[in-house]
Amino acid sequence: VQIYLPIADLPVNVFLVFAMGLAVGFISGMFGIGGGFLMTPLLIFIGVSPAVSVATVTTHIAASSFSGVINYWRRRAIDLALAVMLLAGGFVGTAAGVWLFTVLRSVGQLDLAIGLSYVILLSAVGSLMIAESVRAIMRERHGKPAELRRPGSHTWFHGLPFKLRFKQSRIYVSVIPIWIIGFLIGFIGAVMGVGGGFLLVPMLIYLLRVPTAVVIGTSMVLTLVTMASATVLHAVTNHLVDAVLALILMVGGVIGAQFGARAGQNLRGERLRLLLGLLVLAVGLRFAIGLVLTPDDVYSIRMIEGD
Amino acid sequence: MRARHHLTLLVVLALSCIGAGPAEAERIVASVSNHRVRITSSFTGLELVLFGSVERDGTSVPRRSGYDIVVTVTGPRESLVTRRKERVAGIWVNVESRTFVDVPSYLAVLATKPIDTIAGTETARRLRLGLADTLLPQQIGADLADVVRDDPFRVAFLRLKSERGLYLEDPHGVTFLTPTLYRTTIPLPADVPIGDYDVDVKLFADNAMIARTSSAFELIKVGFEQFVATAARDYSLLYGLAAATMALMTGWLGSVVFRRD
Repeated sequence: VQIYLPIADLPVNVFLVFAMGLAVGFISGMFGIGGGFLMTPLLIFIGVSPAVSVATVTTHIAASSFSGVINYWRRRAIDLALAVMLLAGGFVGTAAGVWLFTVLRSVGQLDLAIGLSYVILLSAVGSLMIAESVRAIMRERHGKPAELRRPGSHTWFHGLPFKLRFKQSRIYVSVIPIWIIGFLIGFIGAVMGVGGGFLLVPMLIYLLRVPTAVVIGTSMVLTLVTMASATVLHAVTNHLVDAVLALILMVGGVIGAQFGARAGQNLRGERLRLLLGLLVLAVGLRFAIGLVLTPDDVYSIRMIEGD
Repeated sequence: MRARHHLTLLVVLALSCIGAGPAEAERIVASVSNHRVRITSSFTGLELVLFGSVERDGTSVPRRSGYDIVVTVTGPRESLVTRRKERVAGIWVNVESRTFVDVPSYLAVLATKPIDTIAGTETARRLRLGLADTLLPQQIGADLADVVRDDPFRVAFLRLKSERGLYLEDPHGVTFLTPTLYRTTIPLPADVPIGDYDVDVKLFADNAMIARTSSAFELIKVGFEQFVATAARDYSLLYGLAAATMALMTGWLGSVVFRRD
């Protein structure tokens, strides 16, 4: 069944878009990531313009992350205090990121900057996660107990002032590194046009040593707030949010996220981290291939927005 | 040099028009099957039919070669940037770009036979008949100018537009049903731009244009599509808040429907 999209100005197959929402929703529910880094390229692939894709995906992610948040809230797997502290840094970071976005665009190399940052960040984060989770799985295989709190895990930033106790996460750390992480996520998210969940999850796990189960719910709160406000911002500044496209995506996304969240709860933390690591690395490599391989066509045309 | 050349041609054209006026009294009429194409949620592209006839009167001289017709359909204007990638230190980077200013978003050239056999190369170029002769102004520094036909950016632009079905040239798209009655179809792809379309019909005989007429049609969104598009543009804050609320509602509904505990 084809339906004509009022903002994207093209017809799409409802079932195809629904299935895309379902698949990305499953992944996002499972790993607690927004899934923007998967959905945006998929939409561009079926012919939606990049600008409409980015704007509409934010609405879709807001929906699937809200359903995830409710789910994790019921399981008491959200550290609200930590989420609020991260958001405080995140807002400043987003503003800084939007500024850099504008500068890069005026220089004319935004596409390259986005491509390169996808490759570098995704490959690095993916590889680190794979290496760590494989080590954890190997340790378990050899019968050694899993090291939940290693003695040497106290890093330099545990000596910083303004310490707060986050009960839900069972951590006692300074708010400074939390603000910095929030800032980085907001900054990178704004520049790369993603929610940043795939970066936040490993940062919370490896830097702050928040338990994996709490990390996902907490990261979803951050994704929800940033994406809901991004929806309104995109609608006001560019008029590019396609509500019809978003609705089809989010119905699929919400259903997918429910099953994904369940699948995630049944998986062991290190397995989950290994899978997410593989996914992140795969997308990073896909971008690397796109940059290195000879393109089918060295020419491309794009409409000048705002005309 | 080029400018003077064009000027000369214009003068020649003007003189020939004056000289040929009364003897060649053919007229051409054309009509599109639908002047207002409504885009609803089930729109997946469309073929518009254009009908018309060549009207002769007593003074019309018999034509040795018969009549030929070129129909040009031009969509709303838009500006596009064409970029070229090049390998720099192992990775493909957009190195060069050209901006095409106010070029047709849709362009169809339909004819009874190949353009260069209808009119001579010079005439075809002067009247900008085929796709290759279409005026495509580029932003060059502070100026706007069209470039030579085989400019790589221009060629790439035409090729990319043609691949999307938005530019096309069909040398056998117009058919004569009787010696004076003709018909053609204008293929509009699914992602055809919304707006006003101009249809220009030129009648040729013996390698020269002898009559010309124009028509138009518009593509408009109606019903729900139109409501959403208008809301997004005119009430953007409300629209954004509504979209965000819709997202939250959908998320909440999903978690209620799928609640198992």
